Amino acid sequence: MIGLGHFLSVAAILFAIGMAGIFVNRKNVIIILMSIELMLLAVNINLVAFSQFLGDLTGQVFAFMVLTVAAAEAAVGLAILVAFFRNRGDIAVDDANLMKN
Amino acid sequence: MTIVAFAFWVFALSAVASGLMVIASKNPVHSVLFLILSFISAAGLFVLMGAEYLAMLLVVVYVGAVAVLFLFVVMMLDVDFVEMKQGFLQYLPVGVAISGLIVVELILAFAAWKMPSDEEFAAANSLATQGSPLAAPGAPTNIEGLGLILYTEYVHYFQIAGIILLVAMIGAIVLTFRTRAGVRKQDPAAQVARKREASVELKKVPTGQGI
Repeated sequence: MIGLGHFLSVAAILFAIGMAGIFVNRKNVIIILMSIELMLLAVNINLVAFSQFLGDLTGQVFAFMVLTVAAAEAAVGLAILVAFFRNRGDIAVDDANLMKN
Repeated sequence: MTIVAFAFWVFALSAVASGLMVIASKNPVHSVLFLILSFISAAGLFVLMGAEYLAMLLVVVYVGAVAVLFLFVVMMLDVDFVEMKQGFLQYLPVGVAISGLIVVELILAFAAWKMPSDEEFAAANSLATQGSPLAAPGAPTNIEGLGLILYTEYVHYFQIAGIILLVAMIGAIVLTFRTRAGVRKQDPAAQVARKREASVELKKVPTGQGI
C-alpha cells in the first residue's frame, strides 16, 4: 500500500538531488536554476501529499502559490542571465565578482 | 502489486532518475529535456494523490512555459558548456555528502511524524473542521473544491499571485530590453510634436530677381 511516507521520500530525494546539483554544477548558472526548480517541485510534492493525506485543500492552494513564484523566478532569473551574457559574453559565475573586488 | 502501487513506482523512479540526469548530463539541452520528464513524472504522482488540477497546472506551466523558456535560453546563449563541466568531480564528494545528510535528516523526520487517527482528528477539533475539507459539500472533484476555496477564502492570495506574475513579466521585459544605436526608427511623437515654424520658412523673394 502506497502511503504518505512514500510520497514524502520521493520528495526528499528530489530535494537532495536539486541541492547536489547546485554543488556540482557551480560554474553553470542554467543548471543551478534548473536545480532550484527541482527543489521547488519537491516542496510542491510535499505540500500536495500532506494536503491529500490530511484532507485539507489549503496545502494545494499553497502549492499553487509556490508554482506561481517558481514561474516568476524562472522568468526573472533567465532574463538576468540573458542580460549578464550580453554584458560579458559569458555566463561563468566565478567571474561575476565585480561587487567583491 | 496493485495498479496504483505500480504506477507510483514507475513515476517515482522516473522522477528521481531524470532528476539525477538533470544535474549529471553534459549537454544542457539534455538537462532541460530530463527536467521536462521529471515534471511530467511529478504530475503523474500528483494524479495518483488525487490532485488533478495541480497535475495539469504542472504540465501546462512547467512543461509548457518554464521548460521551453529554459530551452530557448540554453539555445540562445553561445557558451562553451563542456568547459563549464570542469570541477564536477571536484565538488562531487561535498555535494553528495551534504545532500545525503539532507535525505537522512528528512526521512528521519518523516519517520517520526505520525498521521493523526480519526479519533484524534475529531477530538482535537482540528483540520477536519477548521480547514478546508477536501470533499466540500457539493464539490465532488478536486478542481471544484479548489475553485470553491481559491476564489473565496484565498482570493487575496490569488490576486497577489497575479501581481507577482505581472511584476515578473515587466521585470523580465525591462531586463532584456535594449535600444540599439544606429537604427533609423520612426518616432511618431516627434512627428506629431513638430511645429510649422520649425520646418517651413517663408522667404521674401524680390520681384523679378529669381531666387
